[in-house]
Amino acid sequence: MAEILHYLGLPINMSVDGPAIDEVIVLTHWLMLVLFVGWGAFFIISLVKFRSSKNANADYDGVKSHISSVLEVVIAVIEIVLLVGFAMPIWASRISDVPEANSGAFHARIIAQQFAWNFHYPGDDGIFGQTSPNLVDEMENPIGLNRSSEGAADDIVTLNQLHIPVNTRIRLDLTSKDVIHSFSLPELRVKQDAIPGMKIPVHFEATMTSEEFLAEMVGTSREGKGLEIACAQLCGLGHYRMRGFLTVHDDEGYQAWLEEEKLYLEENSDDDDWGDDDW
Amino acid sequence: MDNNHHHQEESFWRKYIFSVDHKIIGLQYGVTSLLFLLFGFCLMMVMRWQLAYPEEAVPIVGKLLGDGGILLPEIYNSLGAMHGTIMIFLGIVPLAVGAFGNYFVPLQIGAPDMAFPKLNMASYWSYFIGGVIMIASFFSPEGAARSGWTSYPPLADIETGQTMWLIGMVFLITSSLLGSINIITTVVQLRAPGLTWMRLPFFVWSQFITAFLLVMAFPPLEAAAVLQLMDRVVGTSFFLPSGLVVSGEVLNVSGGGSPLLWQHLFWFLAHPEVYVLILPGMGIVAEVLANNSRKPLWGYKSLVYSITFLGFMSFIVWAHHMFITGMGSTMSSFFQTTTMIISIPSIIILSAFFITLWGGSIRFNTPMLFALAFLPMFGIGGLTGLPLGFAAADIHLHDTYYVIAHFHYVVAPGTIFAMFAGIYYWYPKMTGRKMSDLLGKLHFWPSLIFMNGVFMPMFIQGLAGVSRRLWDGGLQYAHASGTLQWNEFMSISAWLLGLAQIPFIINIFYSMKNGEKVDRNPWGSTTLEWVAPSPPLPHVNFDSIPEVHRDPYEYSIPGRKRDFTPQTEPKKG
Repeated sequence: MAEILHYLGLPINMSVDGPAIDEVIVLTHWLMLVLFVGWGAFFIISLVKFRSSKNANADYDGVKSHISSVLEVVIAVIEIVLLVGFAMPIWASRISDVPEANSGAFHARIIAQQFAWNFHYPGDDGIFGQTSPNLVDEMENPIGLNRSSEGAADDIVTLNQLHIPVNTRIRLDLTSKDVIHSFSLPELRVKQDAIPGMKIPVHFEATMTSEEFLAEMVGTSREGKGLEIACAQLCGLGHYRMRGFLTVHDDEGYQAWLEEEKLYLEENSDDDDWGDDDW
Repeated sequence: MDNNHHHQEESFWRKYIFSVDHKIIGLQYGVTSLLFLLFGFCLMMVMRWQLAYPEEAVPIVGKLLGDGGILLPEIYNSLGAMHGTIMIFLGIVPLAVGAFGNYFVPLQIGAPDMAFPKLNMASYWSYFIGGVIMIASFFSPEGAARSGWTSYPPLADIETGQTMWLIGMVFLITSSLLGSINIITTVVQLRAPGLTWMRLPFFVWSQFITAFLLVMAFPPLEAAAVLQLMDRVVGTSFFLPSGLVVSGEVLNVSGGGSPLLWQHLFWFLAHPEVYVLILPGMGIVAEVLANNSRKPLWGYKSLVYSITFLGFMSFIVWAHHMFITGMGSTMSSFFQTTTMIISIPSIIILSAFFITLWGGSIRFNTPMLFALAFLPMFGIGGLTGLPLGFAAADIHLHDTYYVIAHFHYVVAPGTIFAMFAGIYYWYPKMTGRKMSDLLGKLHFWPSLIFMNGVFMPMFIQGLAGVSRRLWDGGLQYAHASGTLQWNEFMSISAWLLGLAQIPFIINIFYSMKNGEKVDRNPWGSTTLEWVAPSPPLPHVNFDSIPEVHRDPYEYSIPGRKRDFTPQTEPKKG
């Protein structure tokens, strides 16, 4: 069944938590298939066997056995197993195993807006600077970061580009500036609404770097196309183009990217000082 | 016949327009809702052009759209929101409850009319006004609503077009409330002598439970619609949190509200609403199946208990639409459990329908074909609800085309096929003539094929993770690239599905004059509506109030010459 679903379109999984989710999908589809084939066979046999031209007189009582009640109990039991054995524990780990802030896990914030994703990294100190709606400037400061607040000086803010290290627990805190968006990473089996006024954490761990992913995709319809972030919740006119990009680095690659961003940040803050210089 | 004489003096307006006769009101509902269904379908056919051929000029209606005939994202979103709204609130609910419920509940329980005829008229006209407002919104300066039929704030609070939608909804909800109170009272009070609860046709049970769902689930949405209207018109912030920044400007509102409050209020209605859409369909299918397999409905009592249980349960599953909103494990466990529990009565009902066929003498006329097709199609729709009901699987499938395919299988080849079955089945009662079987089959087979052509590939796109409500159908996204070739296939299926409705439209008009003339009971049925003349007498329905002596589906009683025994036949005979 897993192969069938992959053949039908289920994307490759590159997340530690993904196989459990796929397992529920696969098992449920088995249950659906068995039920549908069972019903379908009974249906077709009935229609052929009891068509009026063949069977002129109907049987008042019809089926006398109550085997269907037994089958219904069996279905109920299977559903209970799927529910208690799979769906509930997976959800619980998704909700309760969120890594604490400052626990060494990768931690970043996502601030969604019409129609872009802002990513806020705390920098070396691991402290997110304060943000305020009043400081928002769509060109210069889309998340309204107060650079003079505690720990804000080294914060990194990117637009539509999420960079994460591989084989590391990633925690992302989602919120939104305007309307409800939904942060979706199909290959990582991650989906979480970003709701204004709320902070909702989501966590996952990638098992492949972007490069390895691209290597896997050679020869498929996705060849040469990297990992993307999709918006799954209608958020206005530009919902269809609210696309972000995900890059999964190995550790060295991630450090290199961080250095690059730091350099960029320093250059930028130089620019700020430049205006104040009495020159 | 004093009564008859009195009613012959009615003016045209009183008789056909502001009528208080449940049959005329039922027909008014039927005609209006079928027109809305067609209109809502047309909106979708336009959308499917954009999905198949993104950014190419739309043929035929392109001129209406301006901009060189290209369907712009804002219009696409409007068509999407209005397709859902029209199909559900102006099409299926009024057809299932307003038309079928109004016309056939009084007939099947042997009543002369609904309990409150004037309330009934008020219900239709409130619906009509709501419909006019919805249609008018397309031509208003702001345009029609474009925030989805679910109208989630903050988007719905700030997006244009929503105000008229909300006002229209208040009228539509009011209409449903008036209608459902009427059906409940009628079933409780006006059953013919001898018609005990366990002798009610299953169709009446389905309408009775549906009416309870409407009357209990709609008030929260009516309240929510008024709250959203206040947010938009007088500057309250029921659904708006503090600190919103829209397009770089801090939104000037008091804040402190909750966007999720709307979702809870909305789905508290909208999940029972799903059962409002399907239960009357099940009721019709039960009638047609028993009649055309010439044997009693299998497990009648368990069907009644199941549908009642389904009705109760439908009030405590709503948040399974909201797993991805940041729900904790306790809440999600509760709603997953209730969702799995509610799947059991549905499975019992569907199984009982299948088992009814066993041992029958099955006639394949047009109503039966539609009723038979309902079974596997609703089966697909129901089964694909299971992975969505498990929160873990829902993480991947939520808000994708998988969801669209799932509920369309329930409602389109499910409910709408059941409605077609009902129209073909009861047309002789309404007009005294049968619809053409040939045109009926020309309608049925292509409809069945193209329905699947439209919706089956959506499961594939959904598994791939393609989001719904995308203007370009996912063209931007790499993960969609392997499944986009299906878009053209689905669109062509949709247009052919449109063509397949032409025989049906011709059939309705053609058969009024040229259909085979039939007596009171052309299908050899057992229930009370077939005792009345065709069409039933104005205002009183029956020659005399019928008396009931039997269960509803006494087909093929052993040792009898006729293979059906009407409910009115005394037991000794």
